[in-house]
Amino acid sequence: MIRIFGILTGLLFTVAVLWSFIVDTGAAISEPAPETAEEKYHLYPKGPEGGFAHEGLFAKWDTAQLQRGYQVYKEVCSACHSLRLVAFRNLGEIGYDEGQVKAEAASWQVPGVDPNTGEATMVEGSPTDYFPKPYANDIAARAANNNAIPPDLSLITKARHDGTNYVYDLLTGYREQPAELVEEFPEAKTAEGQYYNPFFHSLNISMAPPLTGTGQGTYGEGNPEPTIEQMAEDVTAFPAWTAEPALVKRRQAGWAFLLFLVFATVLAYFSKKQVWARAKGGDVGEASVKED
Amino acid sequence: MSFPWAQQYEPKNGLTKFLDEKLPLPRLVYNAVGAGYPVPRNLSYFWNFGVLAGFCLVLQIVTGVVLAMHYAPNTLVAFDSTEHIMRNVNWGWLMRYAHANGASAFFVVVYIHIFRGLYYSSYKAPREMIWLLGVVIFLLMMATAFMGYVLPWGQMSYWGAKVITGLFGAIPLVGEGIQNWLLGGFAPDNAALNRFFSLHFLLPFVIAGVVILHIWALHIPGSSNPTGVEVKKESDTLPFHPYYTAKDGFGLGVFLIIYFAFVFFMPNALGHPDNYIPANPLSTPANIVPEWYFWPFYAILRAFTADFFFVPAKLMGVLAMFASILVWFFLPWLDKSPVRSGHYRPLFRKFFWFGLIPAIVVLGYCGGAHLSTTTILLSQIFTAYYFLHFLVILPIISLIERPEPMPYSITEAVLGHDPDSKLGPKPTTASPAKA
Repeated sequence: MIRIFGILTGLLFTVAVLWSFIVDTGAAISEPAPETAEEKYHLYPKGPEGGFAHEGLFAKWDTAQLQRGYQVYKEVCSACHSLRLVAFRNLGEIGYDEGQVKAEAASWQVPGVDPNTGEATMVEGSPTDYFPKPYANDIAARAANNNAIPPDLSLITKARHDGTNYVYDLLTGYREQPAELVEEFPEAKTAEGQYYNPFFHSLNISMAPPLTGTGQGTYGEGNPEPTIEQMAEDVTAFPAWTAEPALVKRRQAGWAFLLFLVFATVLAYFSKKQVWARAKGGDVGEASVKED
Repeated sequence: MSFPWAQQYEPKNGLTKFLDEKLPLPRLVYNAVGAGYPVPRNLSYFWNFGVLAGFCLVLQIVTGVVLAMHYAPNTLVAFDSTEHIMRNVNWGWLMRYAHANGASAFFVVVYIHIFRGLYYSSYKAPREMIWLLGVVIFLLMMATAFMGYVLPWGQMSYWGAKVITGLFGAIPLVGEGIQNWLLGGFAPDNAALNRFFSLHFLLPFVIAGVVILHIWALHIPGSSNPTGVEVKKESDTLPFHPYYTAKDGFGLGVFLIIYFAFVFFMPNALGHPDNYIPANPLSTPANIVPEWYFWPFYAILRAFTADFFFVPAKLMGVLAMFASILVWFFLPWLDKSPVRSGHYRPLFRKFFWFGLIPAIVVLGYCGGAHLSTTTILLSQIFTAYYFLHFLVILPIISLIERPEPMPYSITEAVLGHDPDSKLGPKPTTASPAKA
């Protein structure tokens, strides 16, 4: 009885899903979905040549690079992008000493309260403060950026597929829109206030090319030239750190865990072998004798 | 119940004698996972996964309780409290990654456990109850995992909650009411997040309770084994301790190496990047997908695209998705072949390896991929196969299949000979292995 009921139920679902299959196949043949500009022109990120300094099973943060990245964030990105999950005190983790952290914090204006009047005002940052937001709210952010909200950068490299490479390629991927793209997909033409970037999911992004390579300050003595590629790599490594500050500690702890576990597992393997040696072969009736 | 030759617990000192008299907990443990539990001597490493699943449950409860000490179930701060755990709580990142990847590990282990049960027909008499309780555990796990994924209140959390509770909206007449009742509102919000947290904390302990029943039910007939031949005598078994404790210890080591490789070196490999974006009800992600362990069921849900007579496509998909798991409850009565092990079932084996497994792999792929004509059509073909396999093919092959010869006993399977088998006719074709 159960089997007859089961077979009937199974056939019901099968027929229903095959009916969907027939309908969808018919639709796919009679009106195949047209190719979109995104499918044809979107590029997947590859990242900088040679990868990032912090990539690899034993790699550590390149603190000089993170400090350069922080500088680019401060001088360029922070005009539009917040970094709300990071506090100034965290800068101590990328090689700044206590005095430098205090000085850096003080170079930012953060929301505070006037100690005399109690009114909201902007005050100098202290190490316990978090990075301030550039806009009062989302509406202000949209109004200033062609109706697009500049995303917070604290987690950006984890919030995109292949995020670290994506951020680097997005920053360096601006180019002229191909003429044949506009010819084939007129509706995908880059609009006023937008910029063509094949690494962006919709190909047209509202962020103006942020890195120009010239006139954006210098890195100072003993540092590489601030080319677009160099700046992009540095300012990508920085949010890679803000997204995963425990990365290096995590890998180090991981090796300790794994070494211990491999050792313990080898021991467990040999004890298993030794225990089971008693059971193999021999008198079958003696296989489960009481012996410990 | 146990086999008559099971070793008996003997309290040796004053303390254990006292305990054995007042509360015989050591005796219970001795009989459950100690020397007092005789186990077939031929278990393969596929029989390690029950113990591993139990380990995963404990791991999830321990890491989860620690996370709950720092997490705040409120839509305003849930996302940030998760990041607070990652950034400011000492070793908080380890707790969270261990918990998130622990969920994946739990499902990997449980899927292997379930498919071992399917291949060796562990669901057949006399073990139906173990199987039924196992399916209950799996359903509870799905509910728990789903609600846990909502807690960080990222984009996938929010939209996953919206899609899954929206499934109940497909029920005619009362659907919308049920959906609003489940959410405590018209869309996922604070009420939903709070109750999901409450239930996510509760359900693992419910699972632990059902696990105890599952193990209790297991100890009535004893463990199954790869030949499917029932235990006949003492030489067929070995005491759980030290033989299987040693084997499980090694298995646990291998499991932990793989698990911690994920936790420490690719903790986000199995997650979705969108969940690192705070929930935003105004911005729908390009592709709303659940965690990988739900992908096959999600593909079945999305395979139904056309209304079927008077049944709307969405309702049909929801029914099919629930039916795809509920069908497991009926397996003991759908597959009537007297032979348990797939080793001796040539036809069953072919459909298992070349039908069911590829179907689930393809469904899994389609459930996680971007919706396209190809993934939809593939989902439809393999959804059809999935239902045919359990509800039509299994009952039919159990009638027409000619099983291969089986060993007389577990002893014979292990040692190649069994002195007792000369006493009876050695079966050349399989017969119901009723001991």
